[in-house]
Amino acid sequence: VRFTFTAEQLEFRDAVSDLLQKQCTPADVRAAWSVGCSTARWKALADMGVVGLTVPAEYGGLGMDEVGLVLLLEEAGRAGLPEPLLENTAVGVPLLAAAGGQWLDEVATGSAILTVNLGQPYVVGADLADLLLLEHQGALHAVERADVELTARPSVDGARRLFSVAWTPVTPLAIPAPELDAAFDRGALAAAAELLGISRRLIDMTADYARERHQFGQPIGSFQAVKHHLADALLAVELARPVVYRAAWSVAAADPERGVHVSMAKAYASDAADRAARVALQVHGAIGYTWECDIHLWMKKGWALGAAWGDAAWHRRRVADAVI
Amino acid sequence: MDLTYTAAQVAFRDEARDWLATHVPTTPLASFDTAEGFRQHRAWEATLNQGRWSAVSWPEEYGGRGADYIDWLIFEEEYYRSGAPGRVNQNGIFLLGPTLMEVGTPEQKARFLPHMAAGDDIWCQGWSEPNAGSDLAGIRSRATLDGDHWVLSGQKTWASRGAFADWMFGIFRTDPGAERHRGLTFILVPLDVAGVTVRPIAQLGGETGFAEVFLDEARVSVDCTLGEVGKGWQVAMATAGFERGISLRSPERFVMTARRLIDLYRARPNPDLRDDVVRGWMDAEAYKLHTYWTVSSLLEGGTVGAEASLNKIFWSEMDIRMHAAAQSLLGAEAELDGGAWLDGYFFALAGPIYAGTNEIQRNIIADRVLHLR
Repeated sequence: VRFTFTAEQLEFRDAVSDLLQKQCTPADVRAAWSVGCSTARWKALADMGVVGLTVPAEYGGLGMDEVGLVLLLEEAGRAGLPEPLLENTAVGVPLLAAAGGQWLDEVATGSAILTVNLGQPYVVGADLADLLLLEHQGALHAVERADVELTARPSVDGARRLFSVAWTPVTPLAIPAPELDAAFDRGALAAAAELLGISRRLIDMTADYARERHQFGQPIGSFQAVKHHLADALLAVELARPVVYRAAWSVAAADPERGVHVSMAKAYASDAADRAARVALQVHGAIGYTWECDIHLWMKKGWALGAAWGDAAWHRRRVADAVI
Repeated sequence: MDLTYTAAQVAFRDEARDWLATHVPTTPLASFDTAEGFRQHRAWEATLNQGRWSAVSWPEEYGGRGADYIDWLIFEEEYYRSGAPGRVNQNGIFLLGPTLMEVGTPEQKARFLPHMAAGDDIWCQGWSEPNAGSDLAGIRSRATLDGDHWVLSGQKTWASRGAFADWMFGIFRTDPGAERHRGLTFILVPLDVAGVTVRPIAQLGGETGFAEVFLDEARVSVDCTLGEVGKGWQVAMATAGFERGISLRSPERFVMTARRLIDLYRARPNPDLRDDVVRGWMDAEAYKLHTYWTVSSLLEGGTVGAEASLNKIFWSEMDIRMHAAAQSLLGAEAELDGGAWLDGYFFALAGPIYAGTNEIQRNIIADRVLHLR
């Protein structure tokens, strides 16, 4: 047993964190609400190897697995990254690899962007994607954007661009059924990882505020009621963390308990984000209830991802069906 | 990251399992909060020691196996899965033992550790006083030097297992002019010397699980001083860190509680409580993962600081939730006295209070992890 990341994995995480601190500021996240995703930022992430992280080396990617990816998704959540790293890199790439590898060399360089829909009503980032992987009657189809018709369905998280997609199935990709099941777990795992980052960002922003904001002549963070709110939020996210990392290992290792492990991860991470969002709002008080305060950018991302890929109650039911 | 066990770890697990299968008493022991139960549990500690299983993480020279954290967790998993008795000397083996190894003199280690491992000496804690609970630095029990002896006077309380224990470890004010965290000294106190009076206290569940200890000019040799005179607070905090952290509540206890909860649900299915039951199972698994995560980091040179407080809040509140769910499943039978779940519920209810209340733990997290002052 060695339940840690390697020094290389942590260094890569730090490098991605640095990049996102520069290129994905709160102002950038806000900009995505009005003008959409940034192809420049996507290209920068592709140049670092992040976009093609899961692409096999023969197609120009880094050929890494979910253990290598989970920390980067966490950073994406922390930064509030608007681009579809989850859909493209965590879910789409392994599906294309299972289907024979077509398009992957373009995906690795960032010149072709994937999105994916496995039975949800709306498709994330469909306006940005060059290729949409869409499910129809249990089979997956690869459809180019020119061949679909999009209708915007604004999400509560304005940086998360949702669309209804009208399209005509032609020839499905040849993907074994177990790979399609695994794709759902990859999506739920990736959402859980982003939710960890979102939760911790909300807690850190709120702790900063609680140190600065004074009432009764002292920082509000010196009051026990405020301290305990934040301690509870931290407890939820720090307990979720190893659960999410274990799920990443189980997906990468094709562990027979993968489904239970992923559902635990998504349930804890969704609940942690919900707790963090409510504590962030309460501790900020009225300023947190405004459009101008940045916390809503992360709160709403947390709500959206908490509900996507199965919410906490759905995943607990899945665990219960397996263990009770 | 590799979450599989090595061949050596599998062999260690098999060895522990085989030994436990042939040695764990087939009929449950009486509660160690009774005189007869205490005697039985002391004998069990001796049996464990004969198999060199009583303190697996200690060095071999003191009766341990030099097990690393992962092997320690493996042993604990097998221990609780086997249905083996609770550890009557956990305060000694898991709290004082590691502190002794860190700050004790070679003579103290040789004198105390083997008897601790063998169950000859059962230890209790002497932290709290009537007016020093959460605010531990307010302790007033004092120790005055008289030749080569400390003369102890004052009162300690809430000493778990104190009713029948042989020794107590605690902190005493040795510099009457110093206040709060200064001027305290960590002293090991034999409970059979003149001037020591132990009065058992009946707990919520009715048994005398803890005791108050009155000290009236009790004389204790200075070679029972642990660490430097005046540095008792620092030594005590090292001990408390072990307690709140991984050593007090190894995860498999809760995993076993969760399994019993699922068995209870299967016997008395109630869809209204299904979510509570699965939450209990998930929480126990999550706590186990958090423990493996923590010890893996320790094995690679990391440290556990205030994060130990997160652990303590989580296991204590999870334990209550699981027992409350079981009591709900039992319905009208939940109120019957003497039920195993009711006893467990009583014990669980103490969790957020002892080893530093959960309010204190939340303060520690806010102060030291989130830097809120």
